[in-house]
Amino acid sequence: MSKLYSGAEIVFKCLEDQGVEFIFGYPGGAVLPIYDELKNHKSIKHILARHEQGAGHAAEGYARSSGKPGIVLVTSGPGATNVVTALTDAYMDSVPLVCISGQVPTHLIGTDAFQECDTTGITRPCTKHNWLVKDVKDLEKTIHKAFEVATTGRPGPVLVDIPKDIQFNKYKYSKLKKQKKLNGKSHNFYSQKDIDELINLITKAKKPIIYSGGGVINSGIEASQLLRELVDATGFPITSTLQGLGAYPGEDNQFLGMLGMHGTYEANNAMYSCDLMINIGARFDDRITGKIDEFSPKSKKVHIDIDPSSINKNVKVDLAIVGDVSSVLKNTIKTLKKEKPNFSKSNKSNISKWWEQIQKWRSVNSLGYINSEESIKPQYAIQRLYELTKNKDTFVTTEVGQHQMWAAQHYKFDKPNRWMTSGGLGTMGYGLPAAIGVQIANPNKLVIDIAGEASVLMTMQEMSTAVQYSLPIKIFILNNEYMGMVRQWQELLHDKNYSESYTAALPDFVKLAEAYGCVGIRAKTPEELDDKIIEMINTDRPVIFDCLVDKVENCFPMIPSGKPHNQMILGPKDQEENKITGKGKSLV
Amino acid sequence: MSKARSAYSISSKKEKFDTHIIVVWVDNEAGVLARIAGLFSGRGYNIESLAVAEVDKKLNISRITIVTTGTPQVINQIRLQLKKLIPVHNVADFKREDKQVIFKEMALLKVVGKNGKRDKALKACKKFNPVILDKTKKSYVIQITALRREIDKMIVDLKKFGLVSVSRTGAVAMTRGSEIFN
Repeated sequence: MSKLYSGAEIVFKCLEDQGVEFIFGYPGGAVLPIYDELKNHKSIKHILARHEQGAGHAAEGYARSSGKPGIVLVTSGPGATNVVTALTDAYMDSVPLVCISGQVPTHLIGTDAFQECDTTGITRPCTKHNWLVKDVKDLEKTIHKAFEVATTGRPGPVLVDIPKDIQFNKYKYSKLKKQKKLNGKSHNFYSQKDIDELINLITKAKKPIIYSGGGVINSGIEASQLLRELVDATGFPITSTLQGLGAYPGEDNQFLGMLGMHGTYEANNAMYSCDLMINIGARFDDRITGKIDEFSPKSKKVHIDIDPSSINKNVKVDLAIVGDVSSVLKNTIKTLKKEKPNFSKSNKSNISKWWEQIQKWRSVNSLGYINSEESIKPQYAIQRLYELTKNKDTFVTTEVGQHQMWAAQHYKFDKPNRWMTSGGLGTMGYGLPAAIGVQIANPNKLVIDIAGEASVLMTMQEMSTAVQYSLPIKIFILNNEYMGMVRQWQELLHDKNYSESYTAALPDFVKLAEAYGCVGIRAKTPEELDDKIIEMINTDRPVIFDCLVDKVENCFPMIPSGKPHNQMILGPKDQEENKITGKGKSLV
Repeated sequence: MSKARSAYSISSKKEKFDTHIIVVWVDNEAGVLARIAGLFSGRGYNIESLAVAEVDKKLNISRITIVTTGTPQVINQIRLQLKKLIPVHNVADFKREDKQVIFKEMALLKVVGKNGKRDKALKACKKFNPVILDKTKKSYVIQITALRREIDKMIVDLKKFGLVSVSRTGAVAMTRGSEIFN
């Protein structure tokens, strides 16, 4: 008879077979048998967070920077409810997470037992799938299935809820059989005809644009390489969503910058005026499209996505190609090169007028701002941070708000998986724990959380985690004492009624850093900024950098409420001018 | 208060709603109905009626028939979102007007009153295959099978003949002819 293992042992055997190296978690009564087993599995290291939400975001940061699924281990009841924000965040941004939660013993389920909650009920809408394991016989196949669901197709979070008695019960374990390599094949539902149609559109287009998203990053490093090849082979301009940054080099001449609500003037105008839009792994999110009725009215739209339900969800498209980005791009490039060798050269005259127009939009310099010698402008702080770190392979996470948009605008990425930000859910407090996960996955790299002082306080406790594991993450706080984006909307849209957006009492971040046992640095003037940033980079310990910035700077450009792409506010000056002319770009 | 101007996008289009019948084959496992119902409520889709039962004991498959309304785009989303659920094997979608599909609902009607009245009730049901399931000196329990709107009308019409209680199912559907769609 084969050897019997406890449920807790089976959990670890599964994790080992899946190649798991790190678990982010927090112990509690209902997962104690699993924690008890931890010591017997040296290849798996547990990272103890200070709050389950932190564990979840750390696992997200780990997953997004490594391409491997992030593993979270939490207890029942509050442990599970605390991780819900991270699961929802991962669901919105398609991050593969496997969350294992403890549950009260099966005979107590439904009795309102201590630390009981309906975990599978609560997490049903924020996971790709979840399981309550009621029999130890099902445990092994459930966990392996969980990994499969999390990592295939459009990735996402899953949860396996394991009652405490199941963790004790014994059953045999059969080693995971080597799975057939899927190659994403099972998710490809397109034919060569679709590719031919795409090539046909590409060759006819006079005003084309490529709009790429997080799907390119999720498809793997190869996809980013192929995207570069496609852009090169077509000579087309490319813009990217927030999540797609890094798939294409940010400093390349064909890159128009980010599009959408705080996207560049050239990207948004090109989206509005184009005659061919090729969406690669993006989902026509409302922050991208603006007013949907007037979204890119004159274009043929192509949508490449692995998730069939993303097609025609928000925007009706003319050609849908359902499949893995890598596979679709590979076929497209192959076909293009075969049918139209030297296309980018032969097609140059075809789209030269379009490029001229784009250069005109570009000359507006929509990311420009009025710098100051007295106070640090937040944009300037990010630009300096970029200039001083760009020669290193730097990983950047962010919180949510103005600083996030400034980071997206002014920090240029040239590799995928270097930019981790909460886009879909917009979770304040994401960046600090995510930076922890990124640092775990990339031990010798520079990891910076570009933060706002309000966001970072939501998960500040995780500094303690960073100190415990000697993770030299850098928390770069653009401190304006306001919830900046809230303040900006109140200024522009709510008659300057700054309702509850000012934090009248803030901690001294330098002292706070010291209290946590890390290093605090403060920059007050533009003059000292560079030296302080260099000091931060050269510190081999976790750092909280308190960068005191202009308190009332707004994030421009901005597409105001209910407006299409071609009606942006460019900056404070534009705002004033538009009050006079009133037409087109003013706020309504 | 200032006008609500911070809404980023305001829906301006009003599209026509169609009634569709969605048939879903799922693994018959704990929570599967909650997943389906949760998908509908979570994404703001309607459920007008729902019928569910196991249809294949060996393969452990249940068949769920959902009557819903929505714009063509919403109906398409319902279909695609359902397909993404792990326990869902297949999804079929029919317009209510589709002549190739038979839809039926069943209702149990309890009629209490004098003989004459009760027989009038039974007579009124004539078109809908009435079966008397229970009969006492004072009451009938009548089973009818019909379309939703026909049952709606019967319920109103039978009030005057002593209808006191109604129990009805959601719609079930099947294609005409020899073809099957599962």
